[in-house]
Amino acid sequence: MSKILFKKRLSQDVYLMRLEAPLIAEEREAGQFIMLQVDNDYGERIPLTIADADKEEGSITIIFQVVGKSTDELSKMVEGDNVPTLVGPLGTPTHIENFGRVVCVGGGIGVAPLHPIAQALKNAGNHVTIIIGARNKELIILEEEMKAIADEFIVCTDDGSYGRKDLVTAPLKEECEKSPKPDLAIAIGPPVMMKFCALTTKPYDVHTLVSLNTIMVDGTGMCGGCRVDVGGVVKFVCVDGPEFDGHKVDFDNMISRLNSYKAIERKDHDCHLEKAANEKEGQL
Amino acid sequence: MSHQSPEMLAEKAKELLVEYLARYDEMKPKEKMAIPAQPMREQDPDVRNKNLEEVAIGYTMEQARVEAMRCLQCKKQQCVADCPVEIDIPEFIKHVANGDIQTAIDVIKRTSLLPAICGRVCPQEAQCQMNCTVGKGLKDVNQAVAIGRLERFVADWEREQGVVKIPDVKPETGKKVAVVGSGPAGLVVAADVRREGHDVTMYEAFHKLGGVMRYGIPEFRLPNSIIDQELDTLDKMGVKIQTNFVVGRTRKLVDLIEKDGFDAVFLGTGAGLPIFMGIEGENLVGVFSANEYLTRANLMRAYDKDFADTPIYPSKNVAVVGGGNVAMDAARMAKRLGAENVYVIYRRTENEMPARNEEIHHAKEEGIQFHFLRNPKKIFGTEDGRVKAIEVTKFELGEPDASGRRRPIAIPGSEYIMDVDTVLVSIGNGSNPLISRTTPDMKVNKWGNITVDESQKTSMNKIYAGGDIVLGAATVILAMGEGRRAAAAINKQLKEEIEAGK
Ligand SMILES: Cc1cc2nc3c(=O)[nH]c(=O)nc-3n(C[C@H](O)[C@H](O)[C@H](O)COP(=O)(O)OP(=O)(O)OC[C@H]3O[C@@H](n4cnc5c(N)ncnc54)[C@H](O)[C@@H]3O)c2cc1C
Ligand code: SF4
Ligand code: FES
Repeated sequence: MSKILFKKRLSQDVYLMRLEAPLIAEEREAGQFIMLQVDNDYGERIPLTIADADKEEGSITIIFQVVGKSTDELSKMVEGDNVPTLVGPLGTPTHIENFGRVVCVGGGIGVAPLHPIAQALKNAGNHVTIIIGARNKELIILEEEMKAIADEFIVCTDDGSYGRKDLVTAPLKEECEKSPKPDLAIAIGPPVMMKFCALTTKPYDVHTLVSLNTIMVDGTGMCGGCRVDVGGVVKFVCVDGPEFDGHKVDFDNMISRLNSYKAIERKDHDCHLEKAANEKEGQL
Repeated sequence: MSHQSPEMLAEKAKELLVEYLARYDEMKPKEKMAIPAQPMREQDPDVRNKNLEEVAIGYTMEQARVEAMRCLQCKKQQCVADCPVEIDIPEFIKHVANGDIQTAIDVIKRTSLLPAICGRVCPQEAQCQMNCTVGKGLKDVNQAVAIGRLERFVADWEREQGVVKIPDVKPETGKKVAVVGSGPAGLVVAADVRREGHDVTMYEAFHKLGGVMRYGIPEFRLPNSIIDQELDTLDKMGVKIQTNFVVGRTRKLVDLIEKDGFDAVFLGTGAGLPIFMGIEGENLVGVFSANEYLTRANLMRAYDKDFADTPIYPSKNVAVVGGGNVAMDAARMAKRLGAENVYVIYRRTENEMPARNEEIHHAKEEGIQFHFLRNPKKIFGTEDGRVKAIEVTKFELGEPDASGRRRPIAIPGSEYIMDVDTVLVSIGNGSNPLISRTTPDMKVNKWGNITVDESQKTSMNKIYAGGDIVLGAATVILAMGEGRRAAAAINKQLKEEIEAGK
């Protein structure tokens, strides 16, 4: 059980929460995630990246977008409520060293997991260029925090409502063309964005890490639901990842696997809403 | 045999008991062997394959006593020798025959801690019942004394009386022991170590306790209420429980000793990492490990479609690959979740199947279709990446291999295609990598299983291990046996420390 210490709405359906979790705060490293459940009996286990941690307060920060029933319910919880199941830190931490020049690309909510990694890379002495992007201005998150870390900072929006009117791949390509080329690129965001970031850096042979957000059940290597094809080898994202060489990941397969339950989830979701509506009617 | 109604079986046993009681004391072995074996009372196959309730309903008192009367009370107790924890089988059965169930349970509990569970899931036909004199005499292992069913009856009786005895706990010693994992191995260690008065904390990665017994073995075979009962006993004994705690991640293994002051640690983290076949199409949507499918259905309650948030893949035609208990559970669960056709694809023949006989029998009754001597070659997908068919190769049995089983050999050109929308892979597990990856000093073998000495001690001081993490995917009773051995070693270590004034 973990108490919600602080909650803030970052954009239309993106929320930030600080949760009481002293042990996780102590052990976690950049790149790791937690799994949580909003209901111990019927809730599903959802993975969320640890965006930040405060050892003194004994808390971790998560940032999530409302995309389904569990995140919707989580977003409705308030400060002082308890999240019944919270487990972590899971996954292999990001390998941090002084690579030299690093480009960090964050798309939409992906900026949240990117933040601790960019911070750690900066602390290790890297020259850090940060590119963040979103569909529109309203969906840009953590701009100030990222700007504070970056040696160079670029914001793009798809519709041009803020910063450059571009996809993140455009400035990424420019960075690759500069001399010397980047020693490392890290891209975190929607699968399609990561796929195209990897395709962008490939011709320049810039090593590119991506952080995968597959479906998970246990998060400890027991079920294989999180598996992805990396260079023809099956890898389990929860224990082998979440970070992999973006040039080797089979993104198309990963994207179709992410949609495994799309049809059902929609239906379930409606069905729950229907039920709620019926209950209301019954009360009248 | 067609399904016999539970009521009829109960009535029949009542009559038989009256008849045999009158002359039990004078009965010769031959007469005892003529007593009809008592069938388990079961739900009708066509009803149960649509519900999650336990398939086997259990013996009545009369059935149990009649079945117990079949035991010959042999001098050379083959059944005891074949039981991994050496339960005094003829002794407990004698008390059942006499109707003294309390004494019977006391006898079992001298050596076994989880009889309600073992009675349900042990592979009896390969253990205690394998060489039973009665089965041998009748030339059919299925005619052996039904030791497992009797064990289950006795344990259920105790639970239903509400008189489950909480083991005595000795005065606190001040020593602290961490138990990692709450499967059968961990449960047994927690109980045995706590009994000696040591302070025990059990850590579990999941939000619910019980290990595979909770997330793998389905409700229709092992109801959760039975696991809850065992956990309740541990709770009453004062075992502390910490769920949502992944040792190696939430806390490093060595930190449990160095920072948290534990005097000993037991690792019962079970098998992990499901093995896939490595064939084309295995990452298509609709291919699952049996572990994932069963975890969704059991632990995450996806069978309860109206309430659970965790979805389960909707299937019409399902191929289950493998021949063990896990494959049987996955197949029968798929049927219960609404699949029309469930095919089990197994490389060898029925004789070689590692699953319990009873499960194979139940699966057939429930309409699962078996395709023996077949192996998948390739899985075909639709344009949007979903399973639409599976190609299988036919096999024949060749010469016996090292294990003595006849080796299956592929028949060239025998491939054919079956239309399926779901493939459940159940060909075994690797070992749970979390502890070894986060604990560089821990010695493991080439399959990643933790290596231990004969007292279950690992290569690291004060750290013991047992169950599937040591044996590879094995059984509940073997996990329990290893747990008992580890607990004895831990208790010995702590006793010596206390005596030395440490
Ligand atoms: C579907 C299925 C059906 C089966 N049917 C039978 C049967 O009929 N008969 C039979 O005898 N056997 C059966 N088995 C096998 C049997 O269940 C196992 O052999 C037995 O449960 C092993 O016990 P264990 O205590 O070693 O581990 P497990 O039961 O696997 O328990 C290990 C526990 O440790 C937890 N854990 C793992 N890592 C960590 C960590 N780092 N920190 C904290 N906790 C951790 C896990 O979450 C799990 O709860 C079946 C197995 C399956 C999967
Ligand atoms: S071998 Fe069979 S008949 Fe003999 S004591 Fe054991 S259970 Fe009874
Ligand atoms: S989530 Fe189950 S193995 Fe990764």
